[in-house]
Amino acid sequence: MGIAEANVNNGVNTEALLNAREALSNAPEAAQFKWRATTTWQNGTHSRTDVQGFFGLGQEQAHKSEFTFVADHPEVFASEDNGATPAEILLAALGSCLTAGVAAVAQHRDIQLNRVKATVEGSMDIRGILGVDSDVRNGFGGIRVHYEIDADASEDDIKALVAQSQKRSAVFDALTNPTNVHVEVSRVGS
Amino acid sequence: MIGAGHAGLAMTKCLADLGIEHVVLERGVVANSWKTERWESLRLLTPNWQSRLPGYGYSGDDPDGFRSMPETIAFIEGYARAITAPIIEDAEVTRVRAADDGYEIVSRGGDFVCRVLVIASGSCNLPRLPKVAEDLPGSIRSLSAMQYLRPADIEDGGVLVVGASASGTQIAWELQKAGRNVLMAVGEHVRAPRTYRGRDLYWWMDQAGMMDERYDMVDDLVRARTHPSLQLTGSDDRMTLDLNALGDIGVRFTGRLAGIVGATGQFSGSLRNVCALSDLKMNRLLDQIDQWAAAADLGDLPSPHRLDPTRVEDDPPLLIDLEKERVRTVVWATGFRPDYSWLEVDAVDHKGRLKHDGGVVEAPGLYLMGQQFLRRRKSSLIDGGGEDARDLSNLIASYLDDSARSGSRRTGGATAK
Repeated sequence: MGIAEANVNNGVNTEALLNAREALSNAPEAAQFKWRATTTWQNGTHSRTDVQGFFGLGQEQAHKSEFTFVADHPEVFASEDNGATPAEILLAALGSCLTAGVAAVAQHRDIQLNRVKATVEGSMDIRGILGVDSDVRNGFGGIRVHYEIDADASEDDIKALVAQSQKRSAVFDALTNPTNVHVEVSRVGS
Repeated sequence: MIGAGHAGLAMTKCLADLGIEHVVLERGVVANSWKTERWESLRLLTPNWQSRLPGYGYSGDDPDGFRSMPETIAFIEGYARAITAPIIEDAEVTRVRAADDGYEIVSRGGDFVCRVLVIASGSCNLPRLPKVAEDLPGSIRSLSAMQYLRPADIEDGGVLVVGASASGTQIAWELQKAGRNVLMAVGEHVRAPRTYRGRDLYWWMDQAGMMDERYDMVDDLVRARTHPSLQLTGSDDRMTLDLNALGDIGVRFTGRLAGIVGATGQFSGSLRNVCALSDLKMNRLLDQIDQWAAAADLGDLPSPHRLDPTRVEDDPPLLIDLEKERVRTVVWATGFRPDYSWLEVDAVDHKGRLKHDGGVVEAPGLYLMGQQFLRRRKSSLIDGGGEDARDLSNLIASYLDDSARSGSRRTGGATAK
């Protein structure tokens, strides 16, 4: 087992993760999770999204507290800029998912991380979202992630951390592969 | 025993040496899969010398060559003759059930009861097609690597080869060479040079003890058992058939095939990462070889070197209209799986795999042979059949002795009903 040597500490409980993997490999039902977010319109392009409960390990679960994400658009879009754009929040999700993975893989491989910084840049031709040109897609044309990592390991071992993290990342998968998205509507109020 | 391929034959030799009475039920003839389920140009991935079976091996004058399919078949048939294996051919097993003191076998060659059953029916009985294969439009021909035989059978125009392991790269190579326009969907794969520092890669892995690595010593056994095959080919010029070699002759690459909507293929944006993973993994293997070579004092050797990184487009296509691209055929080189549909014994997991510990199945008296990393890294190779059969035949002998002491019959053999 890859239980960390005493001197490597990236703050990841590898043993618990490996035990969970072992337990869930024979209990696919318990591995079924549902992540949830609730978005409430504020005004204009400004919205607030709350995250608290999720489902997993066969029952309802809750975060220690409720987390809030504020989204808006910048003033160049004639908005109030109360928060990051949803597209930037997606980049934040990618960067944080990959970085969590880097730490977990490093711990498993007994590599001490000293400093990890990811710069995530998504390029977008906004003629798509503005409806100027129907041949231009709405989403990112491409995303580039650049990692600067200071760790007690060789360059190839550090590259392997980042490669393995991509391989096991939920958000990397969600962005690189298609997902069926179902949006339904209920009319409420009077 | 079920199956008269190399694994079954190695086991029959070891059982005979221990004086354990047995028969081998073979669905067709000796070396059946090699005769009926492989494409024509396929050659073994391991050099001739690396087919060491109990009491048998290569005796020709080209130890470093790679057997063609007819040569592979002749080799296995020669082994069956050399050890006078007790084989019943045309005896496809249709049902196996646990009985009071062993197993009841129903086969097209008759019914049998046995105390011990060894399953050596192979690990590549069925193609493992991804779910997305169901969404391919009917206008495009769909072939698994088991159905594919030769380029002449493939319509002119485009071919999408799904999978970049040994089967996919070899089929892509010969189709592109035959004038088809090959597009390859590349998922996880393991790149490997055919030769390194003047020797075959398998020579290094064999000499350095990597092929003998035991199943109970590896870090992640599930992964070791499901790992894709090394991206190797056996050819006279000992070429390294990697994505760079395919790219040089005009094969184009996309990421893993993630979906098909209408006639549009959706490909994953992870191509660069699967190539990076593969390059890094290959270099770790070569590092290990270099370390071993330095310690082993092998005399004059070419210096350590590394292959160029895998070259893929910066922005490979994510959506491809297969009809517009004139893709007429999709070849699924996405792996194989064993078929246990005839096995009515509670030892198969939710993924259709037999639950076993180094070939000792979780059902008394049931044993397994010829699977990836069954007992050691080389278990999937012809070369691995011998040691697995020696280990397991000894365990079978102990099992029979133990049950004999507790009052059952002493002979282990199969009896016709």
